[in-house]
Amino acid sequence: MSAAALTGTVQGERVALAATGAWTATGAAELEKIIDQTARRYEHARSIDIDLTQLERLDTFGAWLIERLDRAFAAHGSSPRIVGLSDADRGLMEGVRLLNRTPQKDGSGENRILVAFDGVGRAVAEIGWSLIPLAHLLGALTTAALGAIVHPARLRLTSMVHHLEHVGWRAVPIILLSTFLIGAILAQQGIFHFRTFGADVYVVDMVGILVLREVGVLIVCVMVAGRSGSAYTAELGAMKMREEIDALRTMGIDPVEVLVLPRIVALVLAVPMLTFLGAMAALYGAGLVCWLYGGMAPDVFFARLREAISVPTFAVGMIKAPFMALVIGLVACVEGFEVEGSAASLGLKTTSSVVKSIFLVIVLDGFFAMFFAAVGM
Amino acid sequence: MTSNATVISVRDLVVGFGDVTVLDHANLDVFEGEILGFVGGSGAGKSVLMRTIIGLLPKRNGTIEVFGADLAALTDRERRSIEQRWGVLFQQGALFSSLTALQNVQFPIREYLDLSPRLRDEIALAKLEMVGLSADVRGKYPAELSGGMVKRVALARALALDPDIVFLDEPTSGLDPIGAAEFDDLIRTLQRTLGLSVFMVTHDLDSLHAVCDRIAVLSEGRVIAAGPIETMLASEHPWLKSYFRGKRGRGVRH
Repeated sequence: MSAAALTGTVQGERVALAATGAWTATGAAELEKIIDQTARRYEHARSIDIDLTQLERLDTFGAWLIERLDRAFAAHGSSPRIVGLSDADRGLMEGVRLLNRTPQKDGSGENRILVAFDGVGRAVAEIGWSLIPLAHLLGALTTAALGAIVHPARLRLTSMVHHLEHVGWRAVPIILLSTFLIGAILAQQGIFHFRTFGADVYVVDMVGILVLREVGVLIVCVMVAGRSGSAYTAELGAMKMREEIDALRTMGIDPVEVLVLPRIVALVLAVPMLTFLGAMAALYGAGLVCWLYGGMAPDVFFARLREAISVPTFAVGMIKAPFMALVIGLVACVEGFEVEGSAASLGLKTTSSVVKSIFLVIVLDGFFAMFFAAVGM
Repeated sequence: MTSNATVISVRDLVVGFGDVTVLDHANLDVFEGEILGFVGGSGAGKSVLMRTIIGLLPKRNGTIEVFGADLAALTDRERRSIEQRWGVLFQQGALFSSLTALQNVQFPIREYLDLSPRLRDEIALAKLEMVGLSADVRGKYPAELSGGMVKRVALARALALDPDIVFLDEPTSGLDPIGAAEFDDLIRTLQRTLGLSVFMVTHDLDSLHAVCDRIAVLSEGRVIAAGPIETMLASEHPWLKSYFRGKRGRGVRH
């Protein structure tokens, strides 16, 4: 098969174009250049013949390019004639005549700066709007929880214990390990820098207060959001995709009561326990570093710790834990319910579940800091 | 339209999984410019034969020739040039869920041809229009499309490179009778305008009557009969009798 070509001969006012070779997908890139050049060169021609007698092969790509040439001439006021069309290709050419007639909307006319601002504005509004489903689910959850208090049989105990095992018990090793390391690192850094002005012993105050009030609960919440919040979103999202949640609704069963309540109750029970364990592991790590690296005997460490911290210090961390668990659980379930059809949407919602819950946990921690400062704890 | 040139020729094909032999010395020809309907009981191996021809399943024995070339003897480059000449419509559409309808159709064009963005858009929109979709679907993701629209977009993607052969795996399954009839007409029209050869796995007796030039029947691992619908209706083979002249077959006889 020979390469596609378009040759033009001018006879007075008439232009005769002859297409030769195979006008198919493989040569479409060159053909496009050829037809654009041809359309420009003969744009003032009055009468044009496009002769297809010598075409060897024609497919949709070639047919569309001929049609595009035809329309380009027509836009300049001439009416080209197509001659020598074989019977086999006639149907194809006629089909192509009807295509792409609807004008296309393209975004090129829009102001780029406006588009950028539009994007920012929509993203900000999106953050605000995303609080509404959160409040909605909190309401539904409260109703379900009150129902479960009045009729304890309605709390799915088996499901709750199952989730408690997964988010609580199985998270213990990784939580212990990471908080132990955080405590050790905090103590090491403290000793290293406090030593320069001889204040080694205050490392215990710093680590004790920091771990019990802030770091313990935050590290645990970040771990839980990444570990269990993402799992909640993925589970509920997959159930939503396979219409399992719709199936529950049609049976007259409240998905919030069956799916959300046991998960969030498990989380609200597990996070304080993990926070406690995490704080202890962090203090243990800090004590070990103080002893081995800072040369502070354990009994000195304990004595100092006893002076530095009080019950309220410990209570502040523990009071925050269940509220943060509630936020993680709510965000995870809301995102799970928002999953739609595709696999991409499941991935997107799982990511946003983790990102949002960590962000909200930090914001909530800020509010708690203001609150405890106000009540003097 | 039917001429004698063979586009697909399957000889003595044996395909199996573990101890099970699904295809046992199956023979089949597809001629240029025809619509071949391929039928058989559920689990008889229709999809297996189709997937073996397009190279998704390994064969144990036999030869598969497409456009006169033995697929087993080709180099990777030759094989790819053959693959550009066929399009496949999977049963569930198999659209890429992270791409829009337009991007799905453009995908093979983008991979194989070096076209300007304008021409690529025009061709992809033209293909969408050819399968009867309006330009509105261009920006939609597969999850936002109905079952029938997914099949149409998938067909447009199968036709993206102007193939010579199109493989259709149960194109009308999951469509309502009106949608299925429209899809049959669409396949007929496209086959005429583009001069396609169509290999269609189907269970839909209406489709077999309405669009197929020839029907091939797979049973017990072999192609037991091939011919136009009249031959099938006249056959005395017990399986063919119950398939074409059973309770569900009677209603569609013209």
